[in-house]
Amino acid sequence: MFGYEFMREAFIASTFIAITAGIVGVFVVSRNMSFLSHTLSEIGFAGASFGILVGISPLAGMILFTLVSSIAVGSLSTESSRREASISAISSLFIGLGILFLSLSSESSSYATNILFGSIVGISSTEVHQLLILAIFVIVVFIICYKPLAFDSFDHIGAQASGLNTRMLSVIFLITLALSVSIGAQIVGSLLVFVLLTLPGATARYLVHSVPNLLMVSVGLSLAGVWLGLYLAFVTNWPVTFFISAFEVIAYFIGLSYKNWKLSH
Amino acid sequence: MIEAKNLTKKFGKQVVFKDVNFKIDDGEFVSIVGRNGAGKSTLVKILMGLEKKTSGKIEMDHHEKIGYVPQFRNIDLDYPLNIEQFMRLNLKFTLNPQKRRQNNKNVQSILQQTNLMDLRKRPLGLASGGEKQKAYLAQALVGHPKVLILDESTASLDVDVKVQLMNLVQKLNREHGLTVLFITHDSDLTKRYTKRALLFENHSVESIGVDEISEDMFE
Repeated sequence: MFGYEFMREAFIASTFIAITAGIVGVFVVSRNMSFLSHTLSEIGFAGASFGILVGISPLAGMILFTLVSSIAVGSLSTESSRREASISAISSLFIGLGILFLSLSSESSSYATNILFGSIVGISSTEVHQLLILAIFVIVVFIICYKPLAFDSFDHIGAQASGLNTRMLSVIFLITLALSVSIGAQIVGSLLVFVLLTLPGATARYLVHSVPNLLMVSVGLSLAGVWLGLYLAFVTNWPVTFFISAFEVIAYFIGLSYKNWKLSH
Repeated sequence: MIEAKNLTKKFGKQVVFKDVNFKIDDGEFVSIVGRNGAGKSTLVKILMGLEKKTSGKIEMDHHEKIGYVPQFRNIDLDYPLNIEQFMRLNLKFTLNPQKRRQNNKNVQSILQQTNLMDLRKRPLGLASGGEKQKAYLAQALVGHPKVLILDESTASLDVDVKVQLMNLVQKLNREHGLTVLFITHDSDLTKRYTKRALLFENHSVESIGVDEISEDMFE
């Protein structure tokens, strides 16, 4: 499998995507932002098609759209019920825009399929390098902000009381979330990138009880999913996204069953 | 010492309290009482820097560190951290082995003081109401606060659990000189554990002895 250059590159890119998504996912779930990460991936689709339409790269378009909208959504409302309604409204608009941009551009529909569903062959060497730089940036930001971000994500009230600047932490988190959606979508596709950004983090919560362990299990599940997905996609020629989402969903339900079993014993 | 001088807070044109003056000495255990909406929680938010005062002054010695123990937090059944890990959220990150040892010792000692040692591995989502309140208190103590604010912390607890928690706070107040602000609607606990109360009423604050407290001040 590694005899092919595109497979080597897809493997390196996926590894970094999985590490980033595994880390960010733990915080997405604990901050109750699964829904927002789903919406951001749809917004990412509009961004990528915008990128194609105006002649910048789809990745740049995606980063532009997700960054602007994540900060806009974050500052729109802090009250979660109102936030969910605003997010639904915004998300519908962006899917529509994505379709409009694609139909206005001259690109074929296979390009749209790549953006929506991801592809292991549709990614160039330059794009792999861009992904690596962005992924490393996100990981470094998380290492630097780890302690205050963990406090704010797992106990917002306590973090406020201890004098942390929780508003600033929220902005930093939204920026890293937007970047993670954009880089993850390159392989997994914008429709299913939220699978990597929520499920491993959610599964980990059923298995372990400290922040470092949550991060380890989440990154582990995320890596296992993309490695297995890449291998099976290579062997069967089926879409990699199918295998990744199937693996993560099965892992999630095993985790949930384990927790229920433990509670009843 | 905490001292308010002509402290005023308004939301738009609505006055919460106006030209309020009070003083709380170091190591004092004082109740804060008054009807819902009288401004007790607003005062707490101003003390914690989460809300801005409209005018006047509020002074605290050396920006004293506050430990905050609220009635509710966003902890559901699926909350993953166990009680010890929840406490540890309030530790500063350090790679220094000596400081890490010191932190560990501090956490162990607080677990012991709050009677949570045997429960430290229990996921907080599965803990009872009283255990959760103790965990919130323990987490606040990890930050070495000089002032402890109990914001209706006893409100949803059974009577014996309330007394357990209050005994613990009283011990911390006596042995470590912690200043305690006890915001409550419970006149029995007020009389049992504190000598004086700040009564929030008619946009003003008055310092009263706990003997003067009557049920209608809370309704």
